[in-house]
Amino acid sequence: MTAWLMIGALAVTTALIKAFGPVLVGGRELPPTAVKVIALLPPVLLAALVVTSTLSEGQRLHVDASAAGVAVAGVMIWRRLPLLVVVLTAVVVTAGVRALT
Amino acid sequence: MDASFRRGLRAGVPFSLVGFLLSMSFGVLAVQAGFSALQAIVMSAVVHAGSAQFAATAILGAGGGLVPSVLAGSLMNARFLAMGIAVAPSLRGGPGRRALQGQTVVDPSWALANQGDGSFDRQLMMGATVPQYAGWVSGTVAGAFLGDVAGDPDRFGLDVVFPVFFLALLAAELRDPRSRGVALAGALIALALVPFTPPGVPVLAAGTAALVGLAR
Repeated sequence: MTAWLMIGALAVTTALIKAFGPVLVGGRELPPTAVKVIALLPPVLLAALVVTSTLSEGQRLHVDASAAGVAVAGVMIWRRLPLLVVVLTAVVVTAGVRALT
Repeated sequence: MDASFRRGLRAGVPFSLVGFLLSMSFGVLAVQAGFSALQAIVMSAVVHAGSAQFAATAILGAGGGLVPSVLAGSLMNARFLAMGIAVAPSLRGGPGRRALQGQTVVDPSWALANQGDGSFDRQLMMGATVPQYAGWVSGTVAGAFLGDVAGDPDRFGLDVVFPVFFLALLAAELRDPRSRGVALAGALIALALVPFTPPGVPVLAAGTAALVGLAR
């Protein structure tokens, strides 16, 4: 029962969070300074997601096999290899390093 | 059908395949954490937000209780506040319609739709979310039924899918050299906050690095 309540509540908070900006800001043109800040949000938020999902576990910082997988993926993405190839290689590298260590 | 929407559909396909792998590991972990297959699948269908689902199921599965699990999941989603404000001027229609269009904001679609000048291609964003939603739900179905036979998905290296997914999106942003410094600053702010704040907060707080845009 608790699981269903959690699923329902999380669905509602997620929908509200996603609706917040579109409803509040509406169709207003944002001031040019705000637009400059917004243009920088994608690289900033994505970089933060990459490092936290690779190097943290809850509130703990840690380096494990997945860091090796991400590093190999970084080189492959830089060489512009297709995403699916990159992801599958990273998975194999991570599993390999984990099996050996 | 709008040409941008069609381009979005196509652009979303590689991300939907990666999303399939990601949600498969979610399905496996959710069942192992004590959720039924149906619960895992419904959760993916109505929440459709990877990091929030992983966080909330892990906490509830570990006996952390209803409120902490919902809070942790919501915090992981806090970045959608910033993303929603960013796309808002590019959406059309009244508040209800905008709220609905806002539901299609998922990380890859949002990043793909970004036109680099602060505006977003809303048709492309909505189109890109369609295959990703299908991939997300079907991956969960696969994972939920693999469930207990699969063992620990980390053993298969599946935990690396999530960061690589975001790294691919980030790489596209970094082709603009002006983005590199702020991206690095955002990464450092996030890492510095990890030990001191609940998960989810570091990513939202990293957004403050974008304030250097005020000085440009």
